[in-house]
Amino acid sequence: MNMAELIDPFARLIEDMCTPAAIRAVEEGRDIAPMWQAFSQSGFLDALVAEDAGGAGLSLADAAPLIALLGRHVVPLPVGDTMIARALLAGAGITAPTGPIAIATGNGAVPFAAMASHILSGSAQAPVLTEVKAECTGVHHDTDAYTPGLAGQALRPVAAVLRALLISGAAGRVMDMTVSYANERSQFGKPIGKQQAVQQQLSVLAEQVVAARIAAAIGARSGLPPRLADAAIAKHGASLAAAQVAAIAHAVHGAIGISEEYDLQLLARRLHSWRLADGSEGYWAGVLGELRAAEPAVPTVDFIRAA
Amino acid sequence: MDMPTGTMRSPVHFAVQLTHFEVGLFETLTLSRLPPEDEALRPALRALIADAIVDLPMHRRARSWQGFDAAFSRKLGQAGYLGLSLPKEYGGVGRGPFTRFVVVEELLSAGAPVAGHWIADRQSGPLILHYGTEAQRQFYLPLISKGEALFCIGMSEPSSGSDLASVRSRADRQEDGGWLLNGQKIWTTNAMHSDYMIALVRTSGAGADRQSGLSQLIVDLKLPGITIRPIVDLTGDAHFAEVFFDNVPLAPDALIGEEGQGWKQVMAELAFERSGPERIYSSVVLIDAWVRHLDAVGRKDSASLRLLGSLTAQLAVLREMSLAVTARLVAGESPVVEASLMKDLGTGFEQAVPQLIGDDLASHPDEPVDAELYRTLLYVTHIAPSFSLRGGTREILRGIIARGLGLC
Repeated sequence: MNMAELIDPFARLIEDMCTPAAIRAVEEGRDIAPMWQAFSQSGFLDALVAEDAGGAGLSLADAAPLIALLGRHVVPLPVGDTMIARALLAGAGITAPTGPIAIATGNGAVPFAAMASHILSGSAQAPVLTEVKAECTGVHHDTDAYTPGLAGQALRPVAAVLRALLISGAAGRVMDMTVSYANERSQFGKPIGKQQAVQQQLSVLAEQVVAARIAAAIGARSGLPPRLADAAIAKHGASLAAAQVAAIAHAVHGAIGISEEYDLQLLARRLHSWRLADGSEGYWAGVLGELRAAEPAVPTVDFIRAA
Repeated sequence: MDMPTGTMRSPVHFAVQLTHFEVGLFETLTLSRLPPEDEALRPALRALIADAIVDLPMHRRARSWQGFDAAFSRKLGQAGYLGLSLPKEYGGVGRGPFTRFVVVEELLSAGAPVAGHWIADRQSGPLILHYGTEAQRQFYLPLISKGEALFCIGMSEPSSGSDLASVRSRADRQEDGGWLLNGQKIWTTNAMHSDYMIALVRTSGAGADRQSGLSQLIVDLKLPGITIRPIVDLTGDAHFAEVFFDNVPLAPDALIGEEGQGWKQVMAELAFERSGPERIYSSVVLIDAWVRHLDAVGRKDSASLRLLGSLTAQLAVLREMSLAVTARLVAGESPVVEASLMKDLGTGFEQAVPQLIGDDLASHPDEPVDAELYRTLLYVTHIAPSFSLRGGTREILRGIIARGLGLC
């Protein structure tokens, strides 16, 4: 399959429906139905559903660029979550609802739960669908919410890979915005991007963006559900990058970067919430550390080659 | 250590990067798989390496690619593990960068002493293949592939470090077409063990001409007028040296490539130097020893496991990045920006390892620590600053990345 044939229409759909103004409107409580309907009618929600179950039958690695685009454009609805949920539900022979599905893997804030009609918990093999009972986080303009009382730990690896892909997309956009800003904003008689101190910061930002993208790709390489070690490497790397990317972007932008009207905040707030969701870098370091400690005689290079 | 060099301002070389930044510049790096025929090399190579390192204590293996053993280098050459990307007609193996990735990974993971052939195999061989005359290729490349011609690289000088274009060593053309070489190189890795140096020197013009007027010359280090003085480093090793040239007579065929094109040639060479897995594995012998220590003392608390997992996860990402850069070399590209990005991240990781493992061990002062592990930790701790100096400093690399981003 030519992936460009899939990616281009998906990118156009997102750019049409999820403008910064539309994202802000959703965050302020506007009805999400028209936006959701556009995704629903596009057929992309079944991208990961097997072909014999009526989907496009994409692998997680194939769908990775689509999910990264959702992050890049800060789509405020659980489109990636729903893609994965619908694939798992179809695999288990459960009919999926038409509305947005968020994936809950713990007692912390669940990404997009405030925008969802249903929550997926359980495991990849035995997914459990419940109607949403979301409790607001109280965080300003949050689309995340608490969904207490559900057991979804077994879905944490797949949700971690999803979050890593979203982070990688958002981080790439933050890099582009920040480089453009550094080339436009002038101080001391020249663009700030000509200052070596700023250049060094932006180089570190670029390194982290590439590291996040490679980490997320590792998570997606082993399919649905991902291998535990791959998920750990993916979410550890992406979460580590997320905080640093947001911090450097804000530093380069100065005060305008923390203003409501400037779009960086839409991305930066997601980078932080996705970093914390489904296990931060510390959580996944612990998971991978346990796997590694179980094979102390194996050289590190062999361990990561087999991971 | 070799060569904290390269300001990378060649207009030719930077044609690609100076085009304004487009989305996707860094998206050329994608997950790549090593071909099965290269993976298949590992078992036989491992047996050869195991023989060579059986008596090497851990702190010697931690020398990584600075450990010198000319006999082992010759053994690798005889067994067909050198000159991997050189054509068979010149005595090479006729494979490519992926094959070299596998071989290098095995050597570094084991801590094998590879310094003898390292520079010749990594950069001098490809340089001679690319820019050398037919006679130069036929003479040098078979020797390199057998591990019988050891090379060093003469770039840095006392007043030319990161500002490489300011080199002052000078070769003046003689009536017979040969050269008379005068000047001084410094921090030259393995000069005292090497047969040849490929030196970047001025052959015309003055310092103000910067990159024009520079040429690369192959200097036979047995010639009269050459004095080599090893420099001892803070660990007690002498892996680099000062090299003095006092009216050294060179034959006409000492010139490699074109006269006056030395700068361009050196920049292409540095792309090879910066992109390999040696930029992520310099501390890996220490990591493995620490993992065995955690097991030996039965430590399984969450702080230890997190550190272990974090180092492992970071190295897994760096390995995929290094492999992705190698895939660009296989595709025939010169991934200068990508290699710089990977090297900066990789060497940052290599340097963090001794700091973090040191803190971990010293956070458990009542735990018995093997003296060999402690000695290795301190060796890596002391030498770690060199990781981000050799092959281009952190600041130079970040400048290259910034230009790749379309800044300045």
